[in-house]
Amino acid sequence: MPSLLDAKLSGGAIVTKVEDLLNWSRLSSLWPMSFGLACCAIEMMATNASNYDLERFGIFPRSSPRQSDLMIVAGTVTFKMAERVKRLYDQMSEPRYVLSMGSCANCGGPYWEHGYHVVKGVDRIIPVDVYVPGCPPRPEALIGGLMKIQELIREERLGLTRQEALKKIAAKTAPAEEVIIAAHPFNANVKPAETKTEKKETEEAVA
Amino acid sequence: MPKLSPEAIHAIVKEEFGSDAISDLDNSRTMPNFTVLDHSLWQPIAYFLRTDERLKFDYLACLSGVDYNDGTLGVVYNLESLAAHQHKIAVKLKCTKENNRVPSVAEIWRTAEWHEREAYDLIGIVFEGNPDLRRILCPEDWEGHPLRKDYKVQEYYHGIKVPY
Repeated sequence: MPSLLDAKLSGGAIVTKVEDLLNWSRLSSLWPMSFGLACCAIEMMATNASNYDLERFGIFPRSSPRQSDLMIVAGTVTFKMAERVKRLYDQMSEPRYVLSMGSCANCGGPYWEHGYHVVKGVDRIIPVDVYVPGCPPRPEALIGGLMKIQELIREERLGLTRQEALKKIAAKTAPAEEVIIAAHPFNANVKPAETKTEKKETEEAVA
Repeated sequence: MPKLSPEAIHAIVKEEFGSDAISDLDNSRTMPNFTVLDHSLWQPIAYFLRTDERLKFDYLACLSGVDYNDGTLGVVYNLESLAAHQHKIAVKLKCTKENNRVPSVAEIWRTAEWHEREAYDLIGIVFEGNPDLRRILCPEDWEGHPLRKDYKVQEYYHGIKVPY
């Protein structure tokens, strides 16, 4: 049986843009900073381990910020830790990405009101590209967030800012109600696209 | 040696140091305790509790700082005789927010050293005689003592906004 590439590229030649090739190679070898701050780190380790196997995406934790492309802020960022997180981020070379994992890193989580010691969101100290909700998020959710980072890299172009690239991937979403109602077995009789049928009737009436 | 009742323990300490040194026994169902009234006697009492053959409280299970929300602060020492008699008792000390100094027992139970640092950090009780009384959990330049009932969080820490 031929390999995937051989089967797809039987001609032996491929035409692409340099930009796409660079983006593809960058997103296929995302190296995250390996550090965890709380229980989210356990899920991150589980994601790295054999069951979820992040290495199939080329994601492999590095122990130095200077070798890393991505920082996964996995857990509660305390004020004592905040300066260290900022320093590690500053030590990473561009282009760098930040994934905020779990409620604590997103917005302070359960410590939002009485947690005097917790930074209410890591985005108060470093810019965040992707937020993964959950307390802690399951490995599937983390993988989803990592694939979002890959999508972001795929959209990057010369002369396009990070903010514009982020807007591009944000546009690729569907309204949650449609997806959930359509997929739920108890809602089999509910027409997910009621607005659409109404529209049809009006169109017929017009015709 | 027999396991002593809280009443017996209280009586031994009272006999040794006099009735002005300690309060009556509060025979609480959760943890029988008495309060040391004379702060200057707390270190001799603690040493006596640890070394006396009948008591032998060789284990300081916990040291807690308390804010009673009426202007008084307190320290609660949970003592246990682990090796010799298996009996337990709690000892309390009280001070005010203005005069928040109590004697340290870090020389008597080494466990107390870090516990006292924690009570100092979070409640703001100063333990006189602790060899290294610095904050243990909060950053060293943190403002205030967070577990006091009247604590208000600071607005900024090193340029990072603190409240939600």
